[in-house]
Amino acid sequence: MTVTRRTALAAAVSLSLCAVPALVLGQGAKDSKDPIRIAYIDPLSGGMANVGEQGLAEFRFDLDQINKRGGVLGGRKLEIVPFDNKVSPQESLNQLKRVIDQDIRFITQGNGSSVAGALIEAVNRHNERNPGKEILFLNYAAVDPAFTNDKCSFWHFRFDANSDMKMEALTTLLAKDKKVKKVYLINQDYSFGHAVRKAAREDLARKRPDIEIVGDDLHPLAQVKDFSPYVAKIKASGADSVITGNWGNDMSLLVKAGRDAGLNVDWYTYYAGGLGTPTAMGEAAAGHVKIIAEYHSNVANNKAAKYDAEYRKQAPKGNPDFYYLRGKLMLDMLAAAINKAGSADPKAVAYALEGMKYEGDMGEVEMRKTDHQLIQPLYLFTLVKSAAKGGPKEAKIDMEGSGLAPITDARIEGYVSAQPTSCQMKRP
Amino acid sequence: MEFVLVQTLNGISYGLLLFMLSSGLTLVFSLMGVLNFAHASFYMMGAYFAYQISSKIGFWPALVLAPLFVGAFGMLVERFGLRRVHRHGHVAELLFTFGLAYLIEEATHLIWGRSAVEYRVPPELDGPLFQIVGSQYPIYRGFMMLVAVAMLVSIWLALTRTRIGLVIQAALSHPQTVEALGHNVPRVFMLVFGGGAALAGLAGVIGGNAFVTEPGMAAAVGPIIFVTVVVGGMGSLAGAFIASLLIGCMQTFAISLDWPLFFGLKLSQVAPVLPYLLMVLLLIVRPKGLMGTREG
Repeated sequence: MTVTRRTALAAAVSLSLCAVPALVLGQGAKDSKDPIRIAYIDPLSGGMANVGEQGLAEFRFDLDQINKRGGVLGGRKLEIVPFDNKVSPQESLNQLKRVIDQDIRFITQGNGSSVAGALIEAVNRHNERNPGKEILFLNYAAVDPAFTNDKCSFWHFRFDANSDMKMEALTTLLAKDKKVKKVYLINQDYSFGHAVRKAAREDLARKRPDIEIVGDDLHPLAQVKDFSPYVAKIKASGADSVITGNWGNDMSLLVKAGRDAGLNVDWYTYYAGGLGTPTAMGEAAAGHVKIIAEYHSNVANNKAAKYDAEYRKQAPKGNPDFYYLRGKLMLDMLAAAINKAGSADPKAVAYALEGMKYEGDMGEVEMRKTDHQLIQPLYLFTLVKSAAKGGPKEAKIDMEGSGLAPITDARIEGYVSAQPTSCQMKRP
Repeated sequence: MEFVLVQTLNGISYGLLLFMLSSGLTLVFSLMGVLNFAHASFYMMGAYFAYQISSKIGFWPALVLAPLFVGAFGMLVERFGLRRVHRHGHVAELLFTFGLAYLIEEATHLIWGRSAVEYRVPPELDGPLFQIVGSQYPIYRGFMMLVAVAMLVSIWLALTRTRIGLVIQAALSHPQTVEALGHNVPRVFMLVFGGGAALAGLAGVIGGNAFVTEPGMAAAVGPIIFVTVVVGGMGSLAGAFIASLLIGCMQTFAISLDWPLFFGLKLSQVAPVLPYLLMVLLLIVRPKGLMGTREG
């Protein structure tokens, strides 16, 4: 008898513990003076937590700046609310339920196209069934081209250049380098890695049919410890350049193994520029690693320089770099769209956002109306020894204190990398 | 031809690192019957300790001190944790080490943060050891192999040629008899558990700068060392050695071969799955592993 009574008591206590925060959170959000909340659904624990935490720290800073300027709609503040999805699509859907329960109407996510794909579908379904309670998805880094082509959605906006756009920009410059004769492709074996190799093959065939693709490897995501067998293969193939979409440790271990084996190639990458990779590669990578992205700290006439420096001053220990300029751009554009719409209703904001032109720090950008893909200038840059370590003068700010600093090879205007879209947008 | 040679060396050195990792696990299992889920965490601790020590007083002291610290930690875990849990059987022990692995990972986050730390190969070991027709072979890989072989020889000598080794071996099969002869068997257990942890710590010192020292490193090697131990035969040191080299070479050569398989897959693409396939097949055909003595 005591056991059942105790069990019942325990159940009652735990239920009430659950209910209290739900009640607290359930209230509010109705008052028009309350902050507008944005749910940040990204990994905050596990192996990819460092990536998620970097974004969270920057977005908090970005919103602080917007709020200091007076927020939106004449004084309403913006606020980021973190949700840990462990880079799992399933867990992300659980978190989305919590977001819906808490009546948060804006979500943002970036890490993993598998996650973004699941979220887009879930948001579409939710919005169809719950008119007046729509959710808007702001994507800052998931680059599978499908999201702005056949899987495009009115409720999804992408602020990062998609994989095909990055490859278009990358190959435009690679094609100009007459020294490149033999290219090796190595990518992670999932939707994003497949998109990278497909685009690389197509773009190179179009721009430089004389370039020979001497190898094309796919390896499992975040599983390979020892890349030396792959490096031996690259070496044996006689490649002079390697194109890879690898990120995280898959990127740093690959370049490190190449350095150890004395592999003399140029690396054309998407993601060697942050989140622990420069630290892991070390100075030996200097001069051989090229990155395509929307920003680095040493761009010429850097309008974001002051902002960048301010961020670094208060950045969390271990993650000093200002990485996501597109995050700042995304939140600034969101604030502008809310003001333009005159309301924080996601549907009105979405209509205000599509087609919006905005004067960003790196030049004018446009949220293309047809597919909700942001068209923005990109930079191809090379990591070299920082000025402090005897590198060129413009290599002022290094990455992660690694002694490797980015310098620009070229700026690629938005219209160069823009791709046609197959999107048939359905608007509510 | 030189390609084959380079890949063989790559395979062997990777295999030897696997052996460093799995030897401690298999030793602890053979003596205590404990499948230590936190073993890979000791590997990570070794790397982080080595990072901390080498940033203060250099790599060579770290090579000695870091494994000793990890070993001491292992002994404390055995003395104050595992020994109490032991009374409640193997499942409790398994759960205990499982929880410990999480604890160590979270503690690592708190102390060193979530990003990779800058733990580098010392300059005197950085550079090419020799050239094979245009391909460099790094000194550090040679060093890795040297340490692994030295470790294998010293474990073997310690177990077969020293008094404590004989007591350990005896305690393995007849703990009551050994205790009746006046040996402190719980202390032997503590030493072995600490020794196993120290071996993992040593692997961490070597592997941490060869690869990347970050909080996910334990989770990344966890599965593959279990496969090595199971394939080699639970509790067999020789088995672990053979399995490590087998898996190292198998994976390396599978990566090198672009043979087409089914559904447009290439052999190189499925290379990382092969060790797991090997384990499953081996468990069906020979459940005790290559050199194991226990069934199931």
